[in-house]
Amino acid sequence: MPEHVLQIERLEVDFPTKDGVVHAVRGVDLFLEPGQVLGIVGESGSGKSVTALATMGLLPKGAQVRGAIRFDDTDLLTLKEKQLTNVRGTGIAMIFQDPMTALNPVYTIGWQISEAILAHQDMSKDAARDRAIELLAKVGIPNPAERIDNYPHEFSGGMRQRAVIAIGMANDPTVILADEPTTALDVTVQAQVLTSLRTAMDETGAALLLITHDLGVIAGLADRVLVMYAGRAVEIGTAEDVFYRPSMPYTLGLLGSLPRLDGDGSARLRQIPGAPPSMLGDRTGCPFAPRCPLATDLCRETEPDLTVVPSVTSDTGDHRAACHYAEAVGRGDHGQVFSDGVVDNVIV
Amino acid sequence: MPEEIREDFVIETPESVATTEAGMHTLASPGAGLGLSGSDTYGLTGEAKGQFRIVVGRFAHQRLAMVGLSIFLILAIGAVLVGHLWQFNYTDITNNLNDPPSWTNPFGTNSIGNDMFAQVMAGVVKDIEIALTVAAIAVLIGVTIGAVAGFYRGWVDSLLMRFVDLVLVVPILAILILLSSKLAKQSSNWLGLAVIIGLLSWTYVARLVRADFLSLRERDFVEASRALGATNRRIIVKHMVPNAIGPIIVNATLTVALSIILESTLSYLGLGVQPPNISLGLLVFQGQDSATTEWWLFVFPVVFLIILILSIFLIGDGLREAFDPKKSRVRA
Repeated sequence: MPEHVLQIERLEVDFPTKDGVVHAVRGVDLFLEPGQVLGIVGESGSGKSVTALATMGLLPKGAQVRGAIRFDDTDLLTLKEKQLTNVRGTGIAMIFQDPMTALNPVYTIGWQISEAILAHQDMSKDAARDRAIELLAKVGIPNPAERIDNYPHEFSGGMRQRAVIAIGMANDPTVILADEPTTALDVTVQAQVLTSLRTAMDETGAALLLITHDLGVIAGLADRVLVMYAGRAVEIGTAEDVFYRPSMPYTLGLLGSLPRLDGDGSARLRQIPGAPPSMLGDRTGCPFAPRCPLATDLCRETEPDLTVVPSVTSDTGDHRAACHYAEAVGRGDHGQVFSDGVVDNVIV
Repeated sequence: MPEEIREDFVIETPESVATTEAGMHTLASPGAGLGLSGSDTYGLTGEAKGQFRIVVGRFAHQRLAMVGLSIFLILAIGAVLVGHLWQFNYTDITNNLNDPPSWTNPFGTNSIGNDMFAQVMAGVVKDIEIALTVAAIAVLIGVTIGAVAGFYRGWVDSLLMRFVDLVLVVPILAILILLSSKLAKQSSNWLGLAVIIGLLSWTYVARLVRADFLSLRERDFVEASRALGATNRRIIVKHMVPNAIGPIIVNATLTVALSIILESTLSYLGLGVQPPNISLGLLVFQGQDSATTEWWLFVFPVVFLIILILSIFLIGDGLREAFDPKKSRVRA
């Protein structure tokens, strides 16, 4: 087995619009090891989903994609639609955000799982049905033999998402892309769905690319974390590195904006001031500079590259951050840069 | 991912199905479709209810639609039975010329002694045959062209829709006048007539299906099935067409009614069904001269034509109601 089941190199995605070119993804590098979970976090519009859709070849026609997406010794970007069809489902499966709409309302759950199996495998309908029941059982649907004949509207949200996961693992994919799999769900069922995702990985041996803006989900599941901002990777490393030694102010801000259970509950949630920049046209400097309390003239003039920063665990060089002051931020010199009182001090 | 307003086609919870089936047209409680009631609550209710059963249930609760369906079925089955069991065949010539309705000839006889009851019933059968043929052709062509145009959009769409416009402006009467001399020579001319009407009346189905596909193609489950490696053909045929089945069926029903009207118009003008074949339009045409004297030659075909068309329109209306997702949609 190759070391990396999926490797994305210098991925750039542009969308031409009538107002100019939108640079949705600007040079993202990432790799995925077998059986590993890579979490991608970032706020809306940071390019997380576009990266996933580019991997599946599902971007709208107008999109301009550059770079390379290596899977199974081939560059997916060079494949024709027909060849991609063979990769989708069997090689890379995708789990969508909203299970309410990702299932076809006019077919039973069982039909839809069988359909996914039969699209790629030569199998009798009965065998496919048995396999579908088996898959439903694996993702934790009670009474799978009966529920298989239910329609999506007879499933609850969490069950639907688990059915979607069952469809995703139907053809034993090598990589599963989950695009915000828990976002549309009730918090109480998120844990069940994450367990099902973990089961899906264990059963198929697949690696998981987990896109989310829920840091709690990442913390629970991911081995490595990629933080995206304005179409770029701004920090990447093991979950420990990113959570315990965040070396980019944006990561720091994300972590700081989480509600804490150990406080007295009276504190205001911290926020990152401002909004993500427009992705339209070119800009100079660090994209986070306008919102960053640590920003200097250097930040506003040159965009920092991803550079190796110290890691919590070992010095494998796996922990990288894109900040001119990454080392200082990582050391914790600036403490809670976004806490109310300090923000003023730093800015002045 | 583009955010969109999601409109699920039919979202019914077992509860709301139950209420509709009990004949109470109440909306399900707003929370019922949200799946908040835990994962197993419905696990024991067992039996699955598909869209088909839901639609049948809703159709069955509309009195007018059921009246329409009953009339249509009685008429269709009755007419076929009459063709086989009645003492006269519609081609039989008796010695009773221009007899008013009597026990022997309930609808009277015409000037050459044909039994009008047999003739009208044969006309009903022929009209239904023609209408079903037209609808089958129209739906087949319309769904194919509409689906391809709506799915691929772009220049394919433009090209196909301009073709639809072209067919729409073709004057059907002019075509039939041109072809009628050839059609008249063949005894199976009704089939040719049906094919021609069918070839010219698929445009509405095509436009409807295209409109539906334009919105369906943006739905997540279409992208999901593509992400699973389904080919375009598979997505169109297996995933999208079943989702557009409501408008297709409703439109097919209306096409049936409209093609009966069109056939009658053409036959009335002498361009449609030719003797020895018979149709209601043809009977009206033949009977109009004697409408004031031998009224039965005119009134019976007209009445049956109206009943037939009306019953189909009632069925169509009922189907439209039954398929209407807004009737019972619960926000997902």
